[in-house]
Amino acid sequence: MNEGESRVDVTRENEGTGAMTEEPTTADHDDAVAGGDVPAPAVVLELDRLNVFYGDFHAVRDVSLPIHEHEITALIGPSGCGKSTVLRCFNRMNDLIETARVEGAVNYHGVDLYAPDIDPVQVRRHIGMVFQKPNPFPKSIYDNIAYGPRIGGFSGNLDDLVEESLTRAALFDEVKDKLQESAFALSGGQQQRLCIARAIATSPDVVLMDEPCSALDPIATLRIEELMQELKDDYTIVIVTHNMQQAARVSDRTAFFNVQVGETGQRTGHLVEYDETGKIFTNPGERATEEYITGRFG
Amino acid sequence: MALTDTSPQTMDLTGDPKRLAREARVRRVFLAASVISIVVSVAIILSLVGEAWNFLTKIELGDLNENGWFPRRGRFQILALIVHTLVISAIAMAVAAPLGLGAAIYLSEYARPNVRRVLKPSLEVLAGIPSVVLGFFALTFITPNVVKNLFSSASQSNFLAAGIAVGVLIVPLVASVSEDAMRAVPTAMREASYGLGAKRWHTSLRVVVPAAISGIVAAMILAVSRAIGETMIVALAAGTNGIMTLSPLDGGLTMTGAMAQLAIGSDQVAGAVAAFQSLFFVGLVLFFMTFALNVLSERVVRRFRNKY
Repeated sequence: MNEGESRVDVTRENEGTGAMTEEPTTADHDDAVAGGDVPAPAVVLELDRLNVFYGDFHAVRDVSLPIHEHEITALIGPSGCGKSTVLRCFNRMNDLIETARVEGAVNYHGVDLYAPDIDPVQVRRHIGMVFQKPNPFPKSIYDNIAYGPRIGGFSGNLDDLVEESLTRAALFDEVKDKLQESAFALSGGQQQRLCIARAIATSPDVVLMDEPCSALDPIATLRIEELMQELKDDYTIVIVTHNMQQAARVSDRTAFFNVQVGETGQRTGHLVEYDETGKIFTNPGERATEEYITGRFG
Repeated sequence: MALTDTSPQTMDLTGDPKRLAREARVRRVFLAASVISIVVSVAIILSLVGEAWNFLTKIELGDLNENGWFPRRGRFQILALIVHTLVISAIAMAVAAPLGLGAAIYLSEYARPNVRRVLKPSLEVLAGIPSVVLGFFALTFITPNVVKNLFSSASQSNFLAAGIAVGVLIVPLVASVSEDAMRAVPTAMREASYGLGAKRWHTSLRVVVPAAISGIVAAMILAVSRAIGETMIVALAAGTNGIMTLSPLDGGLTMTGAMAQLAIGSDQVAGAVAAFQSLFFVGLVLFFMTFALNVLSERVVRRFRNKY
C-alpha cells in the first residue's frame, strides 16, 4: 500500500468531520483473494492477522481480509463465530469494552487504525456504524441527524444536510412534515433508515452495518436492502448478517466465519473462506461453507 | 375422606381448610402492615390540621402579616420563615446540583469499574454523616474559615454556611439518584453516539444526560424537598433571627428551625397565647410544600419518561 498521498489522517488533532476528501487509493493491491475475472476495486480496509481477546478469552483468531471500495461485503457465519467482533474492529468500537484487546493490524487506506497515535474518535468519523436494533436518540428526527455534524463542528447549512441525508436514506418523503417530532414515533424500519441517515450525515467513507435488519419485518428489510444498493455508489459497506439469503441478495463479496471449540471449551472464531458472493453461494471452496449455506448447521 | 381411594371420581380437590385459614391469616398480617403506615400518616396530618386550625382561630389573621416571626410576642410572619427556608434551599442546591450531577456523570460515564467500586460507597458514607455533625461543622468551621474569610461582614449564624452544609448533606442523594437514571440509559444509545465519532463528554452531556433527564430532575426535586425539611443544620448554624431577610450573610429562622426552637423550648412558651400551636401550623405548611414537591417529581418522571 502506498503510505504517502493516499494516507488518510485519522490521528488526534485532526479537525472535525467535514466531507472527507476521497483520495484515490493509488496502491494496486495484490489481490490475494481468489477473485473473479475483472480486477477487484481498490482496497479501503484490510485486516491483517487480526486477533481479538476479551480478557483471557480468544474471540477471533488470525483473520486477514480485504474490504473493497464501493462494494458491499457480507460477513456471515453461525452465532459466536466473531463476525460482529470483527466488524467492530473496523471502527474501534471494541475499545468501549474494557477487557477487549486487539492484535494484528486493521489498515485503512494504508494506515493502521490500531497504531498508538490513532484517535478512535477520528476513525469513527470516517467509518460510520448502523446497529442491530434501531437506536435513535430520544430527540427529534432533525436533531438525530444533526447530532453527528454538530459535534463534528459542521459549519455549513444544517437544514440542507439533514434533508440530503434523509433523502439519501429514502426517508425524507415520509418524515418531511414531522422533522421536529420524536424519532421514537417512527416505525422500526423507519427508525433504522433514520439511523442510516444519521450515519451518512457525517460523510463517512465506510458504513458498517451490524445485522441491520434482524429486528425488522420482511418489507422493512427489503427497503433497507434496496437502500444499501443505492448507497454503495457513494460508500463502502460492510454488513454482518445472520440471514444467508440477505448476504446472497445484497453483497458483492462474502466472508464466511466459523467457530472452533478448543480443548478448554473456548469458542474461537476464524475466517473460513472469503470470495465473491456468487462463488461462495454456488461453488464454495470449503466443505464447512457449503454445509453452512445449505443449512446443515448454524 | 377416603385416602386410599384415588379413583378420579372421588378424588378430593378442595383445599385443606387449615391451610386456607393460615393463608388468610398471613394475608391479614401483611394487610395490617400496609394499612398501619397509612393510618399513621393520616393521623399525623389530622393532628397537624386540627392544631393548625386551633392556632388560626386563636390569633388574628393579621398577625400572620406582622413584621417577623416572634411567636411569644404574637407576631407570626410565616412568610419570613418560608423565605429563609427558600434561601437556604437555593444555596444548598447551588452546591449540591453541580457536585451531585458531576459526581453522577463521572461515576456513570467515566469511572472504571474498580474506581466506582471505591468511590460509590465513599459517597454513601457522606450520606451517613448525622446532620447534627454537619450543623456543628457549619457553625465552627464553614462560618469562621470560609464565610467570614470571604465576607467579613457575615453574622456568626448565616444562611450561607448553613446552606453549604445542607448542600453537602444532599450531594449523595443527587449523585445516587442521578447516577441510577444515567446507568438506566441503554448502552445502544452510547454506542450510537460513539459510532458517530462523539467524544466521551459529548456522549455524556448530549446523549446520556438528556436521555436520563426525568430521573435527574426527580433527583433535584427530591433534593430540594430534603433541603427544605432539613432541621438540625439550620437549627445550629442559621440562627434565630425572626426578621425577614434575603441576604445569605445574615441568619434567620427557617420553618424547621422555628419548629425545633418551639418544640425544644415548649415548657417555657406553654403559657404564651398561641406560640405552641404555631408549631403545628408551620408543620402543616412545611408538609404541604414537601408533599407538593414529591407529587411534582412523580409527575416529572412520568411526563419525561422515555421509552428509549
